[in-house]
Amino acid sequence: MSTVDTVLWGVLPYVTLVVLVGGTVWRYRYDQFGWTTRSSELYESRLLRVGSPLFHFGILVVVIGHAIGLLVPENWTSAVGIGQAAYHVQALLLGSVAGFATLAGAAILVYRRRTTGPVFTATTRNDKAMYLVLVAAIVAGLVATGSGAGVVGEEHNYRETVSAWFRSVFVLRPDVAAMASAPPAFRVHALIGMLLFALWPFTRLVHAFTAPVGYLFRPYIVYRSRAETARARRGW
Amino acid sequence: MKVMTQLAMVMNLDKCIGCHTCSVTCKQAWTNRSGVEYVWFNNVETRPGQGYPRRYQDQDTWRGGWELGRRGRLKPKSGGRLRKLLTIFANPVLPNIRDYYEPWTYDYSTLTTAPLGDDFPVAQPVSLLSGRPTSVEWSANWDDNLGGGPANAGLDPVIERLRSEAEEKVRFSFEQAYMFYLPRICEHCLNPSCVASCPSGAMYKRSEDGIVLVDQDRCRGWRMCVTGCPYKKVYFNHRTGKAEKCTFCYPRIEVGLPTVCSETCVGRLRYIGPVLYDADRVGEAASVADPTDLYEAQLDLLLDPSDPQVTDAARREGIPEDWLDAARRSPVYALTKVHRVALPLHPEFRTLPMVWYVPPLSPVTEALSSTGHDGEDVDNLFGAIDTLRIPVAYLAELFTAGDPVPVRRALQRLSAMRSYMRAVNLGDPPDESVAARAGMTGEDVTALYRLLAVAKYEDRYVIPTAHEAEGRHMEETACSLDFEGGPGMHGSGPFGEASGRPRPVSVETFHALRHRQTSPGGPGDPEARVNLLNWDGKGRPAGLFPPKGTRPEESA
Repeated sequence: MSTVDTVLWGVLPYVTLVVLVGGTVWRYRYDQFGWTTRSSELYESRLLRVGSPLFHFGILVVVIGHAIGLLVPENWTSAVGIGQAAYHVQALLLGSVAGFATLAGAAILVYRRRTTGPVFTATTRNDKAMYLVLVAAIVAGLVATGSGAGVVGEEHNYRETVSAWFRSVFVLRPDVAAMASAPPAFRVHALIGMLLFALWPFTRLVHAFTAPVGYLFRPYIVYRSRAETARARRGW
Repeated sequence: MKVMTQLAMVMNLDKCIGCHTCSVTCKQAWTNRSGVEYVWFNNVETRPGQGYPRRYQDQDTWRGGWELGRRGRLKPKSGGRLRKLLTIFANPVLPNIRDYYEPWTYDYSTLTTAPLGDDFPVAQPVSLLSGRPTSVEWSANWDDNLGGGPANAGLDPVIERLRSEAEEKVRFSFEQAYMFYLPRICEHCLNPSCVASCPSGAMYKRSEDGIVLVDQDRCRGWRMCVTGCPYKKVYFNHRTGKAEKCTFCYPRIEVGLPTVCSETCVGRLRYIGPVLYDADRVGEAASVADPTDLYEAQLDLLLDPSDPQVTDAARREGIPEDWLDAARRSPVYALTKVHRVALPLHPEFRTLPMVWYVPPLSPVTEALSSTGHDGEDVDNLFGAIDTLRIPVAYLAELFTAGDPVPVRRALQRLSAMRSYMRAVNLGDPPDESVAARAGMTGEDVTALYRLLAVAKYEDRYVIPTAHEAEGRHMEETACSLDFEGGPGMHGSGPFGEASGRPRPVSVETFHALRHRQTSPGGPGDPEARVNLLNWDGKGRPAGLFPPKGTRPEESA
């Protein structure tokens, strides 16, 4: 276990967490007005109509897959009778389908962003950096999925290394050795992932944190009192 | 009965000359910023015409407003909550910028920098979205005054409905052409479908005065409100990524001033006043089965402010005395409920709109006189209503979901008023039977006449001020630069256009004005360019003239 390993898997996760949580709280507090999807659908909708749902629904499945893979310990799934082989087959199927859908969606969106004049001029440097890291994370993730399942290279049970490390981070006893023993594809994916989460609060990705789930449970018409809005915030 | 108050507006279309002053002053006050170039909180459309954005009334395409679901329950036409969330990644019925128009400026610099030659230099139109040269193909009032003729007016969704339903011959030959103007602002509906469509709950209806607003801090740019509004009066600011809409000029209203569009209307055709309504019955009124009953259902919601039962209930709800007093003097209540000459725009959208229109009667008198008839005789006038240049059926499609009866009644009342008041003017004994034929008394007619013809500023705008000990909050007593972030915090933050904390309007306007007048024009344009439309003539903004020492060589 080298110093580099300790920094990468023992220190960096916490730096990322601090930046992610601190940055999000800071931005939520000070930049409500900048907190938006900055949708460009007004400019172009033909490509967006295909690319955006493909990307977003893909990434939602990917998030669920990550949650299951990282948070559910292996012995739980074996306890309900899902063996390692069966688990890997479903993870590979679901993961690669969702992953490729996400990647295809992202590709359409990036192509649209580059080729549609108004969308391209509305693209900030911040957006470009975010796209780069996001796509890199997806590609690295797909490579890791493929290699871990033995499609290319040797099969690897990441639930004994990456997942163990991931859970250990949150109990404040990072299992550096577990992660250090994971194959390079997984380590690269984890690194890019951490970079993405560190960037997250400072990009347009924040819109994901305010996904309007509450809409399902509120009455259609919203009334607010003028007095209440005037008192709540002075604005200056 | 739960009494609530609503500030509403009436526009008398008989007086609208289509001068667009309301649109221009509104634009200067509210939407002269980048990102909202195409946004017209107030616009004036020529009818028949496509409107703005193009064919917005065609809800088979745009899915705005409400519809009755199975078992008669009201739900947004574009889908309920779950459907909205499932289509949130790409709203299937969001108008494209081309349904409005692509905003542009002109490359004025070539006018001064072009080398001397045989040809006149031309200021090319340049898109404000992409910064590239563009060709102007459509704009906010492209079909103004029937511009484009049958080709454009034939695309009017109302005309299309008339054609299919009544198989009426709607002609656009020159001799039979007709038109009138329809100024439109946000309807500040009692049952706003934009509010219902907003996933983040950023849009709300103010309980004190019914004004529908977008909380800019809570809007996340999901853009469902644009689809939800059948009048397409919620716009998407493409620079900030937030929805914006007509605010009913609430900062002015709160201190008792009329909206900018009303204040500057040269025809003095707008009226503002509060109405009391029964909030408990809003849902019931909006879900009446037959669309032609919606107008009556909506009128039924309006409560009589002179009824002691109503005032008692209003006091129990904490509605201040000056609001009740204003409601009793409200010109809107008089024109809508008492005289019944003002009608709602497209009640069939089931949003219960609160901007009402007195249908246009002109030029009936002129037409009758030119054929040798007495143009102000009540018999001639009544007979002429069904042969008006503007067909009653067209007006009915606009104002009563196709029912001609209320339109005819309104027009008859306006005609009776002319006939009756002519006698008064000429010193003849007024003929009570004229009033009676329109279902009114001489007293009613005189009151209506006073309201429509001679009403002064304070009669047209009865606006109670924002109440309680809130005045303190509205004053900018401290130095207006004294706020978090301090002076000079303007322009784009690191997260996009104008991110960061909101700042006082006075400071923002000052900086925005200065910024606009001293900065280059379109996005990503390295060359300084000045939008002369925004230049107030003061000072010499950078880019107005080419920098010194770069004068192009003059060719011989």
